[in-house]
Amino acid sequence: MSTTALKDWPLWEVFVRSKQGLEHKHCGSLHASDAQHALQMARDVYTRRQEGVSIWVLPSKSITASAPEDKDSLFEPAADKIYRHPTFYDIPEEVGHM
Amino acid sequence: MASYQDYLLHLADNALILGQRNAEWCGHGPILEEDLALANNSLDLIGQARMLYQHVAAVRKDGKTSEDLLAYFRDVPDFKNYTLLELPHSTAILPTARGDRDYAVTIARNFLYSGLMVQVWAALAASTDTHLAAIASKSLKESQYHLRHAHDWVLRLGDGTDESHRRIQAAFDYLMPFTQEFWTASDMEAAAVKTGAGVDVRVFRPEWEALVSDTLQAATLKVSSSTGFVTTGKHGVHSEHLGFVLAEMQSLARSHPEAVW
Amino acid sequence: MYTQSLNVQEKQGEKPALQTISRENAELQRRFDARIDADGKIEPQDWMPEAYRKTLIRQISQHAHSEIVGMLPEGNWISRAPSLKRKAILIAKVQDEGGHGLYLYSAAETLGQGRDQMLADLHSGKAKYSSIFNYPTLTWADVGVVGWLVDGAAIMNQIPLCRCSYGPYARAMIRVCKEESFHQRQGYEALLVMMQGTAEQRAMVQDAVNRFWWKCLAMFGPPDANSQHSEQAMRWGIKRISNDDLRQKFVDATVPQARVLGVTLPDPDLKWNEERQHYDYGQIDWDEFWNTVNGHGPCNKERLATRVKAHNDGQWVREAALAYALKHQPQTHQAAA
Repeated sequence: MSTTALKDWPLWEVFVRSKQGLEHKHCGSLHASDAQHALQMARDVYTRRQEGVSIWVLPSKSITASAPEDKDSLFEPAADKIYRHPTFYDIPEEVGHM
Repeated sequence: MASYQDYLLHLADNALILGQRNAEWCGHGPILEEDLALANNSLDLIGQARMLYQHVAAVRKDGKTSEDLLAYFRDVPDFKNYTLLELPHSTAILPTARGDRDYAVTIARNFLYSGLMVQVWAALAASTDTHLAAIASKSLKESQYHLRHAHDWVLRLGDGTDESHRRIQAAFDYLMPFTQEFWTASDMEAAAVKTGAGVDVRVFRPEWEALVSDTLQAATLKVSSSTGFVTTGKHGVHSEHLGFVLAEMQSLARSHPEAVW
Repeated sequence: MYTQSLNVQEKQGEKPALQTISRENAELQRRFDARIDADGKIEPQDWMPEAYRKTLIRQISQHAHSEIVGMLPEGNWISRAPSLKRKAILIAKVQDEGGHGLYLYSAAETLGQGRDQMLADLHSGKAKYSSIFNYPTLTWADVGVVGWLVDGAAIMNQIPLCRCSYGPYARAMIRVCKEESFHQRQGYEALLVMMQGTAEQRAMVQDAVNRFWWKCLAMFGPPDANSQHSEQAMRWGIKRISNDDLRQKFVDATVPQARVLGVTLPDPDLKWNEERQHYDYGQIDWDEFWNTVNGHGPCNKERLATRVKAHNDGQWVREAALAYALKHQPQTHQAAA
């Protein structure tokens, strides 16, 4: 199946600092085969190669999210991953395809 | 009698023709992210061509030469780009090869050309023609980026799968002989070097060959030989491919010669 | 079926009572509704009704597909652009569209849909994309008209989406809108120059307008009475303005622009209605619209085949990059797999 290869490229989160003095801001994500590749792509996709821009890329899977403190929040009880991404979760065999 | 303009046109035509070829991937790239990378590459090259053509117009000072007159209303023998850059993205040796584009050919060619241009632009940043020096400084940053992109892909394709290895090896085997043209003498280059405005590309050969050799070896590739027919695109004697490139590029503009767009 | 109930199962080591789950669900639904009603944002980790999630995946991914397929009709003219400036502008525009597709795929992935699945749905014909891209760009003037009218219509649609309830989609749309205004302006400016040019150029522009006007009006979708998804989408803060209202806004904005250009919009029923304070316009051919949406337009097969070919031809490249990464950085892949 021709789409198999793409599924195996990891997902990376991209953070960009657009100007000196600002913090890195989360911009979005992209698929890349390795960190260098992700950085290069992030430059083309999220900054159009402006000067003086700093970019961080992290494998999405490596990010841990905080647990909710606010009782009125909508947070899932034990969700500590940032996305409901299919490759992040170990789905028990008996559940089958989802 | 070669003029300084011929030298500038050589630099400009290189950028335009390769920019035109790389833009063919728009919407057809192997992955969306690479589509964007190649579009960036193409935009940079067309930008370089525009600056250089505008400089020719300024040097000519005849009140009618413009970037578009130079790009759209010159014929094949007037173009001074390296033959390497007008080739289709294919190792299929057919004159009108409109067949499938091979990403390996694109990458290999971008690598060979930008590997040279990073040195050329760096040297031209000290040109006695201050306008050209400014163009060179800007273009150097772009070529460094193009080189890094192409270099990284040479490694991925060479040391990737059996199929990618085969394709990129075939691409280099096909393209290397076209690089002999870099080192041939030409009146226009000699004249430009004399005034200090231009550079003698031959001094860059050892470092370029080392870059190619190191990169291909790191990519587990054999360093292809550069022998056989030496092309002459920079002298205006091209392969059969440039005619088709220009026909497509120029047809609309030429249908409306008086129009402004 | 959802991670929520799976987590509960794992924690307690036994199947929880059905009643407990539905009480929890009802409370989460209440909080979700309250946040939507307060114009708040839903983020990827938040609980959301399955239908909301599915609707967003469908809408965002189809929006992404539209950007990608939309690169093709304009991309056709890059190699033939009649000036270097126009060539550069067009490459930049098409590149932006690819970038927008990327932002949108990225937003859709936060909902648990992988890009591979979204592309598989596009390539199989299961997922749709904006039907305007199933029409051919036959002349250079078409490129300008696409910028003026198609991007103009897209902007009308996209600005309200910047306030969409789903955070990643709203943020992607803000980024898209910032870049989109350049697209419409460059199209309009190209047409302005042509309309001030030769007789052939003027005829080219008028011909392009004649072919695209009605198709662009249809872009906003069927009248709301006939649109199955609209009501719920409005309720969820995904859709903010109705199809008909957006279409009317577009007509009202575009008529004066056409006047400045000096082109005639091909609608004899187009006239200002003093009472309504809007332009009245003629009947859209919805049969033709549905015919194209359902796969029988002039370029449907070609657009899809082009995307499928690019994807299939690129398979070896993607595999090579992955193989190289696995050889050289196995730890990244273990972490991300």
